[in-house]
Amino acid sequence: MKEATARAPKASLAQKLVVALPYAWLLLFFLVPFLIVLKISFSESAIAQPPYRPMLDLGAGWRGIAQFFAGLSLDNYRLLGSDALYLLSYLKSLEIAAFSTLILLAIGYPIAYGMARMPRRLQPLLVILVVLPFWTSFLIRIYAWINILQHDGLLNKVLLALHIVREPPVWLATDTAIYLGIVYSYLPFMVLPLYAVLEKLDQSLLEAAADLGCPRWKTFWLVTLPLSSPGIVAGVLLCFIPIVGEFVIPDLLGGSRAPMIGQTIWMEFFGNKDWPASAAVAVVLVCLLVTPIVLFQHQAMRTGERG
Amino acid sequence: MRTVTAFNLFAIVLGIVFLYLPIVVLVIYSFNDSRLVAVWGGWSTRWYVELLHDAAILDAAFISLRVAFVSASLATVLGTLGAVALVRFGRFRGRLLFSSMIYAPLVMPEVITGLSLLLLFVALTIDRGFWTVVIAHTTMATCFVTVIVQSRLVDFDMSLEEAAMDLGAPPLRTFLTVTLPLIVPAIAAAWMLAFALSLDDLVIASFTTGPGATTLPIRIYSEVRLGVKPEINAVCSIFVAVVCITVLSASLAAKLTTARGAPTRL
Repeated sequence: MKEATARAPKASLAQKLVVALPYAWLLLFFLVPFLIVLKISFSESAIAQPPYRPMLDLGAGWRGIAQFFAGLSLDNYRLLGSDALYLLSYLKSLEIAAFSTLILLAIGYPIAYGMARMPRRLQPLLVILVVLPFWTSFLIRIYAWINILQHDGLLNKVLLALHIVREPPVWLATDTAIYLGIVYSYLPFMVLPLYAVLEKLDQSLLEAAADLGCPRWKTFWLVTLPLSSPGIVAGVLLCFIPIVGEFVIPDLLGGSRAPMIGQTIWMEFFGNKDWPASAAVAVVLVCLLVTPIVLFQHQAMRTGERG
Repeated sequence: MRTVTAFNLFAIVLGIVFLYLPIVVLVIYSFNDSRLVAVWGGWSTRWYVELLHDAAILDAAFISLRVAFVSASLATVLGTLGAVALVRFGRFRGRLLFSSMIYAPLVMPEVITGLSLLLLFVALTIDRGFWTVVIAHTTMATCFVTVIVQSRLVDFDMSLEEAAMDLGAPPLRTFLTVTLPLIVPAIAAAWMLAFALSLDDLVIASFTTGPGATTLPIRIYSEVRLGVKPEINAVCSIFVAVVCITVLSASLAAKLTTARGAPTRL
């Protein structure tokens, strides 16, 4: 950039320092740890501290490095393919993420749309109202649902009092509870990007469509929906990606029969102490998640070109 | 021609009720006198009083606040530097890797961030405790800080900086006296977000914590797994109250200080 070259040469040292600090931090605490995960996923489990082999022995020089690479294996990845637990776990995570993202879109869109149509001076207040629950702890919001969904909780009391059910149904430890918890927790992440796009929508386009005799549903379908697609993509990604790796919600609200992938990593690591296996599960999960991110960058670049 | 239809209102009202109902129920039940959470035993503040005598919860809350303060401050410094580098330095060497490392943690599942950091600490034979949680939270929050500050820097009026430099101010002085005061609202918002994220985090902290560094979410989580307890209702209610007061006063302050749109989050 221009001003970078225009600055005095002395500034370049300061510049280097500005880049170097966060750069070094992220290298050491983000990239290197992930490389370690990658390495351990190719190691075998061992009863030792730490519980995996081989260790990289740099003291032994080239022989140590050669031995290290000879000791690496694909066994953990074969295990992932052969044990149905892992496969089901991935599928369940993708299924829950896909369906709950759809539900979020179906609920979030009308809310965002309504917010964008409210009088201008009320809109900041509505944004704060939607964001505020996000600032309260995630754990607390899930815990609040346990209060409501438990056997003698509020929901069953209301249902019994209204004579909708005779016997109190079981809510906790079901997939319904997982969906409820996820939709509840991620709703702000869906509403805000949608609102950001809908709020900027050029009203004259809608007026033009109305003047030309287009019915409202058709205007929505032909004008509003396509123009809000960047918001839809952003909201879907903001929800889908973290939901796939979700741990707290399925752990507290769901049952233990079919764990989601975040729970599987947790169980392998803390329960079975099989570090290589959980590292392999994590590596595959990252690969799964990279796909939508690349798609998103593609989309972001396209909208960037459009201006 | 904006018309608010009944359907629009219905969607908003239902959405807000959905978002707030569980929290309201939680707060109401925290004032329930009965030990059985499901039975209403009249209004009482006894669980708040018992909370004051629960050393484990108080310790955990204190640790959480300390972790959040230190990691939010570190992350704000690192993240602001990162944002300045990304917006102002153009194409420096290693920029692609840098920007990938800034954005990747935003979408990385917490379980993996926690796992990978734990494996790093084990490989380096670092004893886990307060500082490992701080490092983990700083790493997670730095990226959020960068994104927020970056968005402010991008629509920054460059002519102000150019004017200062034309008048002979060296770059560092320009940054400190012109740029920094103008982006302070964004930096403050980023610090608050980093603080809230740290205070909120259960998964990463569970992986990276050690003896003597049990944070409040870890404490609450281990209690919640055993079922609903009235004391936990009280802790959560206090938490909710603190958050509401902080966020509302912050957004009010932002409204009073800046005439034009305050840095809205997300």
